[in-house]
Amino acid sequence: MTVIALPVSSLAHRARPTEEPVWVRWTLIGLALAFLTLFLFVPLISVFYEALKKGWAVYIAAITEPDAVSAIQLTLTAAAIAVPLNLIFGIAAAWAIAKFEFLGKNLLTTFIDLPFSVSPVVSGLIYVLVFGLQGWLGPWLAEHDIKVIFAVPGIVLATIFVTVPFIARELIPLMQSQGTEEEEAAVVLGARGWQILFRVTLPNVKWGLLYGTILCNARAMGEFGAVSVVSGHIRGSTNTLPLHVEILYNEYNFAAAFAVASLLAMLALVTLALKTLIESKNMQNDKGKNR
Amino acid sequence: MYTFKQHSVLPGFNLALGFTLLYLSLIVLIPLSAAFVRTTALTWPEFWNAVTTPRVVASYRLTFGASFAAALVNAVFGLLVAWVLVRYRFPGKKMVDALVDLPFALPTAVAGIALTALYAGNGWIGQYFEPLGIKIAFTPIGVFVALTFIGLPFVVRTVQPVLEDIESELEEAAATLGANRLQTFLRVIFPTLLPALMTGFALAFARAIGEYGSVIFIAGNMPMVSEITPLLIITKLEQYDYAGATALAVVMLVISFVMLLIINLLQWWSRRRSVLA
Amino acid sequence: MKIKTWLTGLAAATVLIGGSAWADKTILNVSYDPTRELYQEFNAAFTKHWEEKAREKVAIKQSHGGSGKQARSVIDGLEADVVTLALANDIDAIAEKAKLLPDGWQKRLAHNSTPYTSTIVLLVRKGNPKNIKDWNDLARPGVSVITPNPKTSGGARWNYLAAWEYGKRTYGDDAQAKEFVTKLYKNVPVLDSGARGSTTTFVERGIGDVFISWENEAFLAIRELGPNKFEIIAPSISILAEPSVAVIDKVVDKKGTCQVAEAYLQHLYSEQGQEIAARNFYRPANARVAAKYANQFPSIKLFRIDDAFGGWKNAHKLHFADGGTFDQIYQK
Repeated sequence: MTVIALPVSSLAHRARPTEEPVWVRWTLIGLALAFLTLFLFVPLISVFYEALKKGWAVYIAAITEPDAVSAIQLTLTAAAIAVPLNLIFGIAAAWAIAKFEFLGKNLLTTFIDLPFSVSPVVSGLIYVLVFGLQGWLGPWLAEHDIKVIFAVPGIVLATIFVTVPFIARELIPLMQSQGTEEEEAAVVLGARGWQILFRVTLPNVKWGLLYGTILCNARAMGEFGAVSVVSGHIRGSTNTLPLHVEILYNEYNFAAAFAVASLLAMLALVTLALKTLIESKNMQNDKGKNR
Repeated sequence: MYTFKQHSVLPGFNLALGFTLLYLSLIVLIPLSAAFVRTTALTWPEFWNAVTTPRVVASYRLTFGASFAAALVNAVFGLLVAWVLVRYRFPGKKMVDALVDLPFALPTAVAGIALTALYAGNGWIGQYFEPLGIKIAFTPIGVFVALTFIGLPFVVRTVQPVLEDIESELEEAAATLGANRLQTFLRVIFPTLLPALMTGFALAFARAIGEYGSVIFIAGNMPMVSEITPLLIITKLEQYDYAGATALAVVMLVISFVMLLIINLLQWWSRRRSVLA
Repeated sequence: MKIKTWLTGLAAATVLIGGSAWADKTILNVSYDPTRELYQEFNAAFTKHWEEKAREKVAIKQSHGGSGKQARSVIDGLEADVVTLALANDIDAIAEKAKLLPDGWQKRLAHNSTPYTSTIVLLVRKGNPKNIKDWNDLARPGVSVITPNPKTSGGARWNYLAAWEYGKRTYGDDAQAKEFVTKLYKNVPVLDSGARGSTTTFVERGIGDVFISWENEAFLAIRELGPNKFEIIAPSISILAEPSVAVIDKVVDKKGTCQVAEAYLQHLYSEQGQEIAARNFYRPANARVAAKYANQFPSIKLFRIDDAFGGWKNAHKLHFADGGTFDQIYQK
């Protein structure tokens, strides 16, 4: 944090005591933007640049051909199942961990973190070991003609696995930093469990919850490695958007590959735009109430 | 006296914990245990041999070293970005805020391809480093770049909500008591942010260790130099050596589990200290 | 929850667009990476052929990926009616580990179940600035060679073996061959995990002076990526790459697709199938079609893996298994 350290005391121009001087502010902004430019903006721009290199016609054709459409459909389905489930899990886990002290809490938190560090290669593999034809449940499933891996359920499972920690991990530090006083007050006032959750706790963490959900959703749609292992890569039926990108790329169809990739990038931007919209609406509502 | 759970007036502990454990077991723990069970096909010496060949050890060094470096850079700059986004106003701020999540949404393979194109010797960015004798793509530095990209949102997104929640009264009080801006930051703001910062660091680190899709494009995959451990797992699978592959997977799992656990303990300890103080 | 309604709307719309293709039977062909273009064309031809012959509409689904990975998927339960993979070794693995087809599968179709073959050639930049003529030029200092990692790519194994056999025949014995191959791989700056990744490294990133490639991939790269940028150099000797095809008995029995799956593979041997293979730069097995397209392919002295290395099993154990010769190259 030396960046912040240097200037403050020797400042001639007086800033307000809870604000940094203007030039410190702009240095920090500049640094942050420089970092983001190098690692984020330029890669993003290059994706759109490649996508539009051959013109709009190619772009539109790439994202409306039947295989791309079926990939979009599958990706949305997987996310629509994975995100709500992880949302419920995240709230339950954060409630238990942030509001209570119990033995083995750190262990539990670490287990929740684990899917982050499991290589996508491995997270796909473990489902193959469980549900594959040579795996634990495979022969039984085959007998009853139930398909898990190389079909939609496997893709959904892999997606859930990869995104398990997102919402929980977003909520835990936030709920911890807020403590338990408000909830305890609610109990004293006679509120029931669900009332506390919906009226006190969740409204307090709504931004964290929203962030977490958006991240979870973005990641669910973008997951590549794990899904690749359990998908079977059947064109038009078990290809998600990221896998479709890979296929196009491998067909030397670079413009189309980046077009589909940019679609995923835009999905993230759209959800973020929605978030901003909800945020500003809510702020107006809050003001209305206070008046 | 130790009891399993300290008393609390709040309800719902059993339900919440029960559901958490059930869900976690079904989705994460039982499937992961399959990897451990598969490894038992090996005897101990076989297992030890499989996970300690020089090539594998070199890959651990790269995987964990580059992940750590990337997470560290992300911790510093992630905090900076979060601070700038929460505290300052500048043109295009909303846009920047939205873009931070991009590394999640972009399929890792696309990220890998895009980064390789940019940082290769003939790429938009790589061309400025090439004359300086610095090669980025197809070297361990490339691995670091990819991992930094992958982990970027974690620190920003964990620090941001906490920073937004900090009450300005605290800072005002500190200023009234004569603290300058730096002192306020170091003594008042930073300790509040520390748990979230460490969470972000841990997550970025953890995510980087397992990363595969983006790295294989930019790494160059030279044995002993730029091969990551997940690639070696794939290598073993190609030989139908499931036991060897899961052995490597188990080693990675155990190492990252221990590291995550240490970080979680550190965080828990630092929070306790700050509560007591 | 505006996002949700928006998404469900979109999903519903896509269902309407998506569910249009009707078929009596559906079969799945699990194949390896470089055959995309080949089967795209062939599937269309076969669908038409089958409708005329059997009055039955058949939909053919395709899955592509690394050959080894695809074989593993079939072993683990991907329901392939037919497999068309890069090496017989991978289909052997399906027979051996999952018992989905009998061990003698390779005898069931003509030419050892290999309807088309290919080989390994050298792709260089236009004008051949490094003056590369044959394998020995790849081991010269200052020449940069692009090839994928033999540990993860089936194609790269053919490359490795072709170079090895050249070394053995030129310099005398296996020890000399190893020294030659070691020198060659010291010239490799990037080992991509798959053949198409290497193509991109060579073509798009501009890295390397020479790219060791499947013959059909080299032709395709020239056609798709740069007709005036590259040329193919035929080495004095190379390996005969024999991609094999097979019906997966257990799957077709269960799905009742035995007849159409067998007809599908038979059609690969038909005049039409052979023409399509040749047009996609695979060397056809049928002598008449081969003669017709003879001008298209450079004439190279080809050796078979069974003769030079005693089959895939031996080659794999000696060279590509952990601790094999490939690992030894990088061990010191």
